[in-house]
Amino acid sequence: MAAQRATRLEKWLVVGPPLLYLLVFFAVPSLIMVLASFRTPGEFGGLAPLVEEGRLDLNLDSYARFFSESIYAEIFLKSMWYALLTTLFCLALAYPLAALVARSQKRYRDLLLLLVILPFWSNFLIRVYAWMIILGPNAALAKAVNGVLAWFGHEPVPLLFSSFAVLVCLVYVHLPFMVLPLYANLEKHDQALLDAAQDLGANAWQRFWRITFPLSLPGVYAGAALVFIPALGIFAIPDILGGPEDSLIGNVIKQQFLETRDWPFGSVLSIVLTVAALALAGLAAWIGRGNLGTPSSAKEARA
Amino acid sequence: MALLEIQNVTRRFGDFTAVDNVSIGIEAAEFFTLLGPSGCGKTTLLRMIAGFDLPDGGSVLLNGEDLAGRPPEQRPVRTVFQSYALFPHMTVEGNVAFPLQMAKTPAAEIPGKIAAALEDVRLQGFGKRYPHELSGGQKQRVAIGRALVTHPQVLLLDEPLAALDAKLREEMQLELINLQKEVGITFVYVTHDQTEALALSHRIAVMNRGHVEQLDEPSRIYSFPRTRFVADFIGQCNLFSGPVLANAARLVTVDVGGLGPVRVAAESTISPGRPGTIALRPEKIRIQATAPADPADNHYRGTVADLLYMGDVTVYKVATPGGTRVEALLANSQSSRAKLFELGDAVEVSWPVDAGHFIEE
Repeated sequence: MAAQRATRLEKWLVVGPPLLYLLVFFAVPSLIMVLASFRTPGEFGGLAPLVEEGRLDLNLDSYARFFSESIYAEIFLKSMWYALLTTLFCLALAYPLAALVARSQKRYRDLLLLLVILPFWSNFLIRVYAWMIILGPNAALAKAVNGVLAWFGHEPVPLLFSSFAVLVCLVYVHLPFMVLPLYANLEKHDQALLDAAQDLGANAWQRFWRITFPLSLPGVYAGAALVFIPALGIFAIPDILGGPEDSLIGNVIKQQFLETRDWPFGSVLSIVLTVAALALAGLAAWIGRGNLGTPSSAKEARA
Repeated sequence: MALLEIQNVTRRFGDFTAVDNVSIGIEAAEFFTLLGPSGCGKTTLLRMIAGFDLPDGGSVLLNGEDLAGRPPEQRPVRTVFQSYALFPHMTVEGNVAFPLQMAKTPAAEIPGKIAAALEDVRLQGFGKRYPHELSGGQKQRVAIGRALVTHPQVLLLDEPLAALDAKLREEMQLELINLQKEVGITFVYVTHDQTEALALSHRIAVMNRGHVEQLDEPSRIYSFPRTRFVADFIGQCNLFSGPVLANAARLVTVDVGGLGPVRVAAESTISPGRPGTIALRPEKIRIQATAPADPADNHYRGTVADLLYMGDVTVYKVATPGGTRVEALLANSQSSRAKLFELGDAVEVSWPVDAGHFIEE
């Protein structure tokens, strides 16, 4: 009995701290946010008192506002569109990169992976500001692009403060999050499966689409979730690199809390964002639930 | 001309010559085995037939056509891989359908062909299963069914039974023999297991260090090994070596250290003084407590130094006074006795002169 109690205590000692951390810094703030979404904004920002003139002041006004003013739904859809584009571009760029790393010799692999995560060594904002310089009107890139456009008789276009700048930076920032799960998946693939497919008559294209790609789907889903969800809520990149038209839902939320100081409405937007992200993650898990044997099951058979 | 001609094929990896000027002709509908220890070049040769590897010299011809320049997916040759290499994300049906789809088989014909292939490998009713829901033997059958469904001209099998347990392996051997007879497709089988090779094959090429040491029928490989390597590799064998003392009247006498002169019937032109080896299977040796009746036989006294009781048979290692060990195998067929001799028993080993096989070196 005593021993059993001791192991239970040990278990709580191990599980306790992270549980407590999540409770204090995630669950409680979320609850506060949910509560705030039902309250009335204060006259000078913040929240109006919860109990006023003897009655509880809780209402659905902020939710009603979200669903009555179409501008917010539009910004939501635009944010999803940007996040989707970011995910697709990241996938298109990361797949060949991850495959290259997975197929390279062992001694180069660590170096290549290091290069993939190297950007994390510098500050996120500094990397975003760097794009201001790269895309700036006096930089070589803008001059080259506009030079080519002028050659075709086209007006010069600004690269900076545009949706283009926002998308380029979104893809740049999120690329490693797509590469790493894809690499982790592709690295486990059994070469014998590709040999077998080739032996059975499949050319390189067929081998990729019938064998490699379906087996890499768990990695694709993981990477897509890691890119799509943060890209959906991002505000710094549109703030710094975007034009007035490029405000995304993250910017609007930030605005509500820091500028307009309408906390209840900001909370509503945050909740909708969280629910949307969870719903999409659930959907991805549901799509990916199918009978995807592990790519290493052939290796297990040999063991 | 044979169906599959391997002509002077050589393959080098750096300084190492994996396959050294090998020429083999494999006939249509033949069950042919490449047998040898690991590193002998048998798998490299198989990969060159499949197209996964290319010879540095020589050529591989199928129906008289050189296969050089045709990648694996364009060769009418299929491989059964050692790891089976079933596609884990496809059902059994999906796996078997794959080569048909690659061959652009009309969709209407595919279900019938899948059913026929699954029947061939006795897996009816397993079509909807995924590979991870199958046992090792069943996976093996799927791999074979998948490789045979498009009726290739040659089926290459790379140690396909190595991952199975002994009982299942024996069962699969019988099935492979029957399947090969039934489908009439040429099988080229790679293994390092000599009993498997002897049991399955019409002909065997015994390989060592990139060479073919001997190419023959199983019974001839076993009874008349051409080289010391073959005799040693195939089954258990006593190898008595020494200088030849005499060669007359189809009888060669070898001076074996620790044993003395040993006579063996042989058609040989070897002259006295040259080295020779007598290969003698343990089951051809008589082991008795008293001297043999026929004085024309080779016979030596010794004591039982070691014995391995294996149930149906017992292997006795008899030490002669000169220090040589003679391995003899005796069936435990006598009623009322578990085995015939015990450790330390004084015995007489003997064998007729035509029991051994003489190998020149």
